[in-house]
Amino acid sequence: MNNQYLDIFLEESKEHIQNLNSNLLELESNPGREIIDEIFRSAHTLKGMSGTMGFTRISEITHEMESLLQDIKNEKVYVSPEIIDTLLKSVDFLEELINDIAENGQEKDRDIEVILEKLKNKPRNLTTLIELHKDNEKSAANKKFNEFEERLIKEAAGKGLLIWEIIIRLDKNCLLKSARAFLVFKTLETLGEIIKTIPVVQDIEDEKFDDEFVIYLISTHQQQKLKVALDSISEINEIVINEVEQNYLEMARENCEESRGNINRIHDDQDIKPANHLKKTSKTLRVDIERLDNLMNLVSELIIIKTRLDDMDEKTDGQKRREAVEYLERITSSLHDAVMKVRMVPIENVFNRFPRVVRDLARELSKNIDLIIEGAETELDRTVIDEIGDPLIHLIRNSADHGIEAPEERLSKGKPATGTIKLKAYHDGNNVVIEVSDDGKGIDLKKVTKTAIDRGLIDREQAKNLKESEIISFLFEPGFSTKDSVTDISGRGVGLDVVKTKIESLGGGIETTTLPDQGTTFSIRLPLTLAIIQALMVQVGEEKYAIPLSAIKETVIVPSKDIKKVQKNEVTLLRGNVIPILRLCEILDIHSNNNSEEDLTVVIVKKGERDIGLVVDGMIGQQEIVIKSLGNFLKNIQFIAGATILGDGKVALILDVNTMF
Amino acid sequence: MTEKIRQFVEFKLGEEEYGVDILQVKTIERMMPVTRVPKAPSFVEGVINLRGEIVPVIDLKKRFDLPPSQITDNTRIIIVSLEDITVGMIVDSATEVIQLPQEAIEPAPNITGGIDSSFLDGVGKLDGKLLILLNLSKVLKPQEVTQLSQL
Repeated sequence: MNNQYLDIFLEESKEHIQNLNSNLLELESNPGREIIDEIFRSAHTLKGMSGTMGFTRISEITHEMESLLQDIKNEKVYVSPEIIDTLLKSVDFLEELINDIAENGQEKDRDIEVILEKLKNKPRNLTTLIELHKDNEKSAANKKFNEFEERLIKEAAGKGLLIWEIIIRLDKNCLLKSARAFLVFKTLETLGEIIKTIPVVQDIEDEKFDDEFVIYLISTHQQQKLKVALDSISEINEIVINEVEQNYLEMARENCEESRGNINRIHDDQDIKPANHLKKTSKTLRVDIERLDNLMNLVSELIIIKTRLDDMDEKTDGQKRREAVEYLERITSSLHDAVMKVRMVPIENVFNRFPRVVRDLARELSKNIDLIIEGAETELDRTVIDEIGDPLIHLIRNSADHGIEAPEERLSKGKPATGTIKLKAYHDGNNVVIEVSDDGKGIDLKKVTKTAIDRGLIDREQAKNLKESEIISFLFEPGFSTKDSVTDISGRGVGLDVVKTKIESLGGGIETTTLPDQGTTFSIRLPLTLAIIQALMVQVGEEKYAIPLSAIKETVIVPSKDIKKVQKNEVTLLRGNVIPILRLCEILDIHSNNNSEEDLTVVIVKKGERDIGLVVDGMIGQQEIVIKSLGNFLKNIQFIAGATILGDGKVALILDVNTMF
Repeated sequence: MTEKIRQFVEFKLGEEEYGVDILQVKTIERMMPVTRVPKAPSFVEGVINLRGEIVPVIDLKKRFDLPPSQITDNTRIIIVSLEDITVGMIVDSATEVIQLPQEAIEPAPNITGGIDSSFLDGVGKLDGKLLILLNLSKVLKPQEVTQLSQL
């Protein structure tokens, strides 16, 4: 059975974790009641969700977070960086727990006491908490409410809320029991907070119950209101609603012991196999409903136009036919746009975690750093979004560590003590540009040149004639670092080369500009989407191939007399550089009779700093192509990256230039 | 007990009649333009555009080392899928769907119609007609395809 609740839980809890992170940072810099309320709401929702799912560790931590937040709200505790640290740590811990669930479908047995202690931060409560916790572990199996739930109930009762025990008996003939149960949950969630179910939600979802299940609900509403709401759900045989009072807890506990016993027995009778919780969750994408509606509209228009074409008389309706085809073209291109849009995600999803990163870095390095984010709404393909996070973190770390100076140094240079890192994303034609800039000391070009000489990358003579861009490119060499001491954050020389490789694998590029004492800017240029690329169509013999434009440096005509042989390999000189020449007709086994021609058409392609020239018979032109896979049967074919469908319906192959070097 | 009946798509290579389990057949297409894929195994004819999807096409005769024949109006591409791969097979003609009870299927003798018996599931007998039944997982065995492509 598809675990739909788990997926929803994971998706939503990740959002709440994100909210917690950003709001806590906001709280630190700008404390206010509203923001506390916001944090409180996220923690509370998370507690409720995890409680219903039976993830007790998450709900315990969030519960303690709530108490601490409550104290902050009541001004019993002041917001200090330490408090924020504690809260952020708890959020990190929650994130780990949630990741465990994402991987295994259940909570891992992590030790949460340290975190709970920290959150409690009140020595006299410490012992009781640990006792509670231990007690909880021991007796959870044979108690109706564990201590944690009991505490919730006590607190609720203290606030004058009502606690209801709701027993739902489904119709014997009910077919989709879990669906009914889901409706019940949905209804009750609007009326209050579900704190416990018997059996646990997971079992209800897997239909591992007979006809009956029990829900405990904290609510402000009266019995009658709940009953009316539940009565609207069909296929329910009986609804029993009892009030659970605090001083009635003992009795309730016994009662439940009984009903639980019943349910257990039923389970035994049915001899249910244990459910397999160990499953990975699928990759999902949240899509704006408007975009889907748009897609639906376009598809219905397609159907209309199809009917119109069907109805036409082949011979007589020439004009109408042309109109219909034009219309069809418009729809298909809109449809294409719409589908691509569905895959687009705002870069916000990646940027969101950076305020936290910068804050931690600043604290760690004892620097004052502000982060400015611009263009977070810029959209990128989901696949790119997934990959771009790590390279950006590298760059931000780099800016914080190498770029921004210590406060004293900044003041002595006449700059504000607080440094600024700016993240900016914007569209530029078919590309998205992401800039990471700082107002720090800039790249020390002399130092870079010196390191390059020390490392033997160049000699002193060459060093004199280097252009700025050439010097900067050393920074992207593997293992290159100018930092004298290695810190935790950067300077180990791993990073920038990884960043460059990653970005190039995404079909993008990176540029660096730097000014002494004014700062450094890294600009990453990425294609909007990986599925559609610009390509140069070339002709080789009778065949057509596509070469991705991103790999092409230039195209040149080379007289065949300028092709020289060096150890059996053909090369040519281009502006003083020796460039190896590959004849596509040879490496692709194509019969071509153009070999004897005077002038050769050569496409110069690049991989990193190296160039090679590919000899083709002719160039057809630049074209936007949709990349399609050759499928599993033909994967790993040498020199071929994929295929695309041309305007005439024929297939053309896309050359994998990287494998030719 | 009802007898187990299996259904096969019957097709021809040269004069011999072959069968492939209908459950593995997606569609049967007329011949269409095929784009050659360089460096692919020799029996891979190329790729076709099957309604927006790129599908590799193999020449069954080359796969079985049978003598080649002309492409005619009867030439068909049988699109089969096996686990996660989809492949088109060029055949001389696809004739009909026939039903064979399990007991009418016998193991293949070592050499049948000049084809290595490891490619075969067995031989089906129906009304005195012999149907050579393909074992697609062997015919399309991806490991062998990759090995060949690396030669």
